[in-house]
Amino acid sequence: MLDPTSPPDLSNASVDGASPPLPLELRGLVYETGGKRLIDNIDARIEERGITVIMGPNGAGKSVLLRLMHGLIPPSRGEILWAGRRADRELARRQAMVFQKPVLLRRSAAGNIWHALGLRGIDWSERPARVEEALRLAGLERLAAVPARTLSGGEQQRLCLVRALSLEPEILFLDEPTASLDPASTLLIERLLIKAQRQGIKVIVVTHDVGQARRLAQDVIFLHHGRVIEHGPAKVFFDQPRSEAGRAFIAGGLVL
Amino acid sequence: MPDLIEAFHTALRLIATLDPGLIEIVVLSLQVSLLAVILASLIGFPLGGALAVYRFPGRGAVTAILNALMGLPPVVAGLAIYLLLSNAGPLGVLQLLYTPTAMIAAQMLLVVPIVGALTRQYCEDLLEEYDEQLRSLGASPREVTATLLWDCRYRLLTVVLAGFGRAIAEVGAVMIVGGNIDHVTRTMTTAIALETSKGNIALALALGLVLLATAFAVNGALMGVRRFALRLAYA
Repeated sequence: MLDPTSPPDLSNASVDGASPPLPLELRGLVYETGGKRLIDNIDARIEERGITVIMGPNGAGKSVLLRLMHGLIPPSRGEILWAGRRADRELARRQAMVFQKPVLLRRSAAGNIWHALGLRGIDWSERPARVEEALRLAGLERLAAVPARTLSGGEQQRLCLVRALSLEPEILFLDEPTASLDPASTLLIERLLIKAQRQGIKVIVVTHDVGQARRLAQDVIFLHHGRVIEHGPAKVFFDQPRSEAGRAFIAGGLVL
Repeated sequence: MPDLIEAFHTALRLIATLDPGLIEIVVLSLQVSLLAVILASLIGFPLGGALAVYRFPGRGAVTAILNALMGLPPVVAGLAIYLLLSNAGPLGVLQLLYTPTAMIAAQMLLVVPIVGALTRQYCEDLLEEYDEQLRSLGASPREVTATLLWDCRYRLLTVVLAGFGRAIAEVGAVMIVGGNIDHVTRTMTTAIALETSKGNIALALALGLVLLATAFAVNGALMGVRRFALRLAYA
């Protein structure tokens, strides 16, 4: 255990901005709220540079785990280490997150990206190019001036994704990004994710859509009742799930 | 009854001919209330926004006081400013009693709680939606406050209009600190009170009609802003 008062161990930390600060280690992670244990003593080590998919039935603790990793909520016990280092403000700035329900500011599509860049301290002179690039990536160039909240559901979620990507994160978290989207919109999002991963961004995505997990995952964490039931390469998990719950989930059965 | 009808005719003529006496009162009223609302907004917006975002001891108490002050009786606001500005008061040396400045101060005291409390409410509602996203983006409390205020801008416009409606219609505060002095501190409401008691129904009625029209205009603007904001999904 690291002493929180000691300086962070930088020996194996990634100082190069281009490579994500991996591995991500979860040690004895517990999260309790309102007398309920939502995350129950999770130990995991995420090393893969590929896309890690967190799967599991509703209420398994997927979203909570993602929020813990992103630092939006503090764990009740245990710790989260990025390349051996506790999360701090600097590490948080190298991450971005896309939420299940698109959170868009009451501004234009371009204004949303612009403001996000501003909050991350991106220089004024650099912003127009980044905004333009992000809108192009989402195929929303012609809707730049349109109020973001009047866009369609798929367009809104794409905007949220490219807004996150415009920050040039090294780690990208997504919480069920396509849960309420049609297949075409889902495909566009998945393509953007694969592209982001190829550019070296570590993508960690929560989904309960088995098909999506098969399409995206190189690494699967299967959660159930706040515990990691299985964690390993996607191929192994999908071909030979070791747990009863995992088998049932893949088969599309009910996991209770 | 014939008297009343005649008074009504006179009132309409005063309005139609833009009677100088009438215009003077209307203009002063609008000036005082507009300035009071602008200054109150400059205080109320950041106050309400900060109350929505920052966590500090006594936050609940400040919020409760602000909410309670929304119902502050105008005469009490007038009395408070009177005590402050009277010769014996702490700001007596400024000699501001019975000036439009004193009236602006009194109306500000009425409007700041309205603007502050409503701003806090709207910002807090919006924060529920934005909180995680803004924290994920790394926004500081100050930046969160600024983001919320800007994204509430159409709602804040309706808050300003509500504050103006309150200021322009009140009579107690401006009566006490203004004194209803002809050509100096006479507003629509104080003039109506005086002229009615003097039996000069025509002028009172004319001012009443202008006041009513102002209220309608404010409400129309409120509805217009709301509809515009809804269309942009900015509400």
